[in-house]
Parts: sequence; structure tokens; C-alpha cells
Amino acid sequence: MAHQIYPAIADGILGGGVYALMAVGLTLIFGVLDIINVAQGILVIVGGYLSYVLSVHLHIDLFLGLLITIPAMFVLGLVIHTAVIRPLRGSERTSMSLLACFAVAIILEGALYWIFGPNVVTLKASYINSSFALGGFYINDIYVYCFILALALVAAIYLLLYRSRFGRGVRATMQDATAARLIGIDVNRVAAITFGIGVAVTAAGGMAYGATSGGFNPNSGYDLISRLLAIIILGGLGSIGGALVAAVFMITVESLVDIWSPNWAIVVFYAALVIVLTVRPSGLFGRKAVRAQ
Amino acid sequence: MTSSAVRSPAHRAAGAPGHRTLLTSAGLVVLLAVFAIFPLVYSNPLATTYGFDALIFIAAASAWNIFSGYSGYLSLGHAVFFGSGMYTVAIGAQDWHLTGDAVFALLPLAAVVAAAVAVPVGLVALRVRRHTFVVITIAIFFIFQLMAFNFSFTGGTSGIDAPILNWAPGTYNDPFYYLAMVIAAVTLALSWLIRRSRFGLHLRAIRDDEDRARSLGVHPMRVKLGALVVSALITGLVGGLWYYFIGAVHPQSAFDPLFDLQLALMGFFGGLGTVFGPALGALILEPVQQWLTVQFTNDYLSEILLGAVFLLVILFLPRGVIPTLGERITAWRSRARDRSVSETTADGGAAPEAAPPDLTAPGTSAGAPASRTAGRREGTPS
Repeated sequence: MAHQIYPAIADGILGGGVYALMAVGLTLIFGVLDIINVAQGILVIVGGYLSYVLSVHLHIDLFLGLLITIPAMFVLGLVIHTAVIRPLRGSERTSMSLLACFAVAIILEGALYWIFGPNVVTLKASYINSSFALGGFYINDIYVYCFILALALVAAIYLLLYRSRFGRGVRATMQDATAARLIGIDVNRVAAITFGIGVAVTAAGGMAYGATSGGFNPNSGYDLISRLLAIIILGGLGSIGGALVAAVFMITVESLVDIWSPNWAIVVFYAALVIVLTVRPSGLFGRKAVRAQ
Repeated sequence: MTSSAVRSPAHRAAGAPGHRTLLTSAGLVVLLAVFAIFPLVYSNPLATTYGFDALIFIAAASAWNIFSGYSGYLSLGHAVFFGSGMYTVAIGAQDWHLTGDAVFALLPLAAVVAAAVAVPVGLVALRVRRHTFVVITIAIFFIFQLMAFNFSFTGGTSGIDAPILNWAPGTYNDPFYYLAMVIAAVTLALSWLIRRSRFGLHLRAIRDDEDRARSLGVHPMRVKLGALVVSALITGLVGGLWYYFIGAVHPQSAFDPLFDLQLALMGFFGGLGTVFGPALGALILEPVQQWLTVQFTNDYLSEILLGAVFLLVILFLPRGVIPTLGERITAWRSRARDRSVSETTADGGAAPEAAPPDLTAPGTSAGAPASRTAGRREGTPS
């Protein structure tokens, strides 16, 4: 049994790192804009396809290609924010924005199907199938690389939030948008850039997902977004640390249950969410009680 | 918040003369007659299939609206009840060896099972609000879809085929059509009754400000759960009928994320929380969507177009056709009646835009003047 459990835990932690990166983008957008970007799942897939196009047609290395795909996804994020999110006003803005993001997700999904078809594609590189031995079992190199990439990007986001002037503006907006506006923070600009950053991480997330999951197609967006939503709700909406812990926790649990039954692993994932919320409606690290909202 | 939605029944009864209600009911009778005659005029099976689809969605969208529209709790998991209804009829017919017309006897059971499913779902999901609620409904939806895939009694990926009906092909659709019509009519009547009742008033009080409603003596959990159960009951019934019409059930078709989205789209398009809005949305959008699918054999293009329509509705008609039209008419009337009133309210209407959403919401409770909301409407691009 142990020879199955340790690799499962290792997979969970390494894979959890990648989910953490995508979830941080989602929870950051929630914290600043008070909206849930349900298009995040399909945006990750868009990022994955961008990496795919760059590596297959232009023969650019997956990790090097991020220098192109991350800015590209940032711009896409700004476009979505300007065209869809910003115009929404009024008391129904919360539910409207959720539905608007859903609509964006459908459009992107249809577009991806149209361009790439329903076939599953895989990202290829020399290091994807290589592995090294650690304490009696093998770990794929790509898992480690992606984990390091995710750590680096989460650290960069952390530094940006807690060690820069812009980050102070973001945190102030997260605490109280009206007060932030009163002390002279350009809340609209903060919101736009945050949305851009939240979407930009999907470029790296998509590459990592495509390289570690064994393939994806446009339909994979549903699977991703439902996991990401479970993670950020479990971690407490708007809590970045919570998203990190919840991502590693959930993916590890899933990978452990997977030993016993692959079919039920993902059910356990959602069941864990439902159970935690029944006991603690604000999530593990909720910054404020959901009931009071 | 829709101005017509917050008006209390008493207000309406006192303010509106009887002829308006008479006009509405006359219109409804005409509409019902049109629906009843439709299969006789257009007996083409393709036309009656369109009609059946539209009626199914009129019932489902109105049922969704009874919960989500009136209570403000946006559910993106109603496919759970739809799928439960489908599987109830499928499994019942299979295990009890029912064939032919006898399968229709299982429809009430489909409704009961869906309502029973709604109780635990509601007890868990209704503990949280806003975003978290929406996400929980999505999570529960995925749990049900995965269970349908993984359990053996659901037939797994291959699903369950319906017993064959040996009816004449030319009139095959008609019994389904009329049954759907009855369900849709009853659902609309129920929706109308609930809106006028004390129960409906409690629901809308919860939507406007749940904590205040509680302090005024409303039992939020009881009321919300009640609405969810009623909504699930109809959705399950419709699902059971849909199963027999389609002739098979699969996990992807029973628990379809697009179904959830369609209900929300129809509700928002017609007017969330209005009695006839979601039905209007279904009546317009479902045939349009069917037409798009037929017109562009490319499924993906019709998916893109559905998303685009959805986006345009949200951006340009955020409160739906019926409330927007209603406000236009009210604004036009009040302008004609008293020019000065509409001028002052147009000034006052600009201010709430800057305030956070949570502060403006309670202000619309207890019957804010319709002209004021109309004034605010003019300030935003539409």
C-alpha cells in the first residue's frame, strides 16, 4: 500500500501547485472585483492551446513560449474586462457578471471547438516523459518543473501584492472598494489590471495542465472550472493563502482516493466541498462570514 | 430589482382597475387557444417538436423562476432535478417492465423524486448565499452527473433507452405536446398564485434583504426550501416527460450544464422574478436556438451564437424584456401625466450608481416608485 500512497501524495502536492496557480488568479479577481470568473476554466484551456500552437507550429519550447502566451492572455483579460465586466452596473451586478463570464466561456469553448476540433491534444517536449527515481518510486520531471513554475509565479504575485504600491492599491480595494476610491486609488484601473493578471496566470496554468494531465480538449474547461471553484470556495473566497492550501489539500485527497477508485475520486472532491461548507459556510480561511454578506 | 416585481399584491389590487386583469386573462386565453390549435394547423412533426420544446422550456424556466427569480438565489444546478426526473421514469419503466402508455403513470413519481432530491440539496446549499450558493449548485450538479456516470443502476455511460411507443408517426408528437401544454399552463398559474400569495411576498422579502426579512418574522430557510421543492417538483415532472419524448437518457443529456444556463438565460431575457417573463424568454429563445442549430449545421457556431446572444442580453437588456418594456410604458405615462415629477426623479436617479450594490438593493423594497427606477435606467447605456 505504501508504495502507492507516497507517489499519490507527491502527485497531489506537485499537481496541487499547478491548481493553486490557477486558483490564485480566480480568487484574486473575486477579491478585487467581487465577481467569479467562471470563464477561468476555459481560459486555462485557451492558454494550453496557445502553448500547443507555439510548440507545434513555431517549435518554441513550452516554458520559453510563456514569455509570449502570458502577455497575450493578459491582453485577453483586459479585453474581456473592458467589453464585458466593466459595463455591468447596478444591484444585480454580482449575478450578472457570473452569467456574463459564463457566456464568455461558451463563446470561447465554441471557438476552440471550431478551430481545433474535439480531438484531445497533448503538449510535447523532450522532458515530458523523462523521470527520476526518488526513494523507490519515479516522479516525472515535468511535474517538478511545473511545480517550480507555479511556485515562482505565485511568489511573484505575492510580492506584487505585498511589496509594491500597486499591490497596496489592490489590497485596499479588496478590503473596501468605496474607501479605496475615496483615498484616491483608481479602482477601475486596479480592477482592470487585476483581471488581466488573474487571466494571465491561465497561460502558465494551461501549459502546465496540458503538459501534466495527459491531454485536453475544449470540453476540459468544465472539469477545470468546477475543481477551481471548489478550491477557492473551500479556501475561502478572496483568500490567497486559503486557495494555496485548499488546492494542495484537494488534489492530494483526490489523488489518494484515486488509488482506491478512479471513478469516485472526483466525486469525493465535490463531496469534501459540500461537507466543509455545511460545517463552515465561509470556507476554511474565509475573510468574512458569508452569511453577513 | 424590477420595479414591477417589488410591488405588493395589495398595492396592485388597490391601484389597478379590474379591466387590466381582465385584459391580461383575455390575452392568456387567446394564447392558450393558439397553443391548443397550433398542432392542428402545423401538423408537421418538425413543427410540433419545436412547439413541444418551447412548452417544455416554458414550464422549466417558469419553475426555475419560482425559486431563483422570486428568492434571488441564482441556481445553476436545476439540471439535477431535470435529470432526476428523467432517470426516475427510465429506471421505473425498466425495472417494473412498463411499456407503452403505462409509462406516463410514472410522471408523478418523477416529480416526487425530484422534490425529494431537492430537500437535502436545499438544506446544504441554502446555508450559503450569493456566489457561494451559485458555486455550490454547480458542484452538486457535477456530483449528480458523476454519480449517473458511475453507478450501475443508471446504466453508466450507455444510459437507458425508453420503451418504444407504437403510435402513428404523423400524430406521434401530439400527446406529448398537449401534456407539455397542460404542465406549462399549470406552472404559469402556480407561479402567478405564488407571486400573489403571502409565501411569494416572503420570498421576495428574502430576495430584497434576507436579514431584515428574518427580523420581520419570515422563516428564510422554510420559505426558500419550500420554493426550491416546488420548483424541483415541476422540473422533475418535465424531465420525466422529456425522457419519454427523447427516447433515451444519458448522463451528459440528463445533467447538462447548458440546460442550467438556458434556464437562467430565459429568465434574464424575459425578466427575472416576473410571472410571464421566463415563459416569454423560453418562447422566443428556444425556437431561435433550434433554428440556429438547424440553420448552421456547425454545432460550434450555434454554440458561439448562443453565448453571444446571452452576452448581448446581459449587457443591453439586463433586467429583461418585460420589466424594461413595463418601465418604458410607465415612464411614458408618468411623463405625460406630470412632467415635473419625471424631471426631479431623473436627477435623483443618477446618485445611487456610485453607491455599492448592497446599499442600493434594500432601497428598492416596499414599492419604490416605478418612475424613479425608470429615470436611473435612462442614465445607463441600453
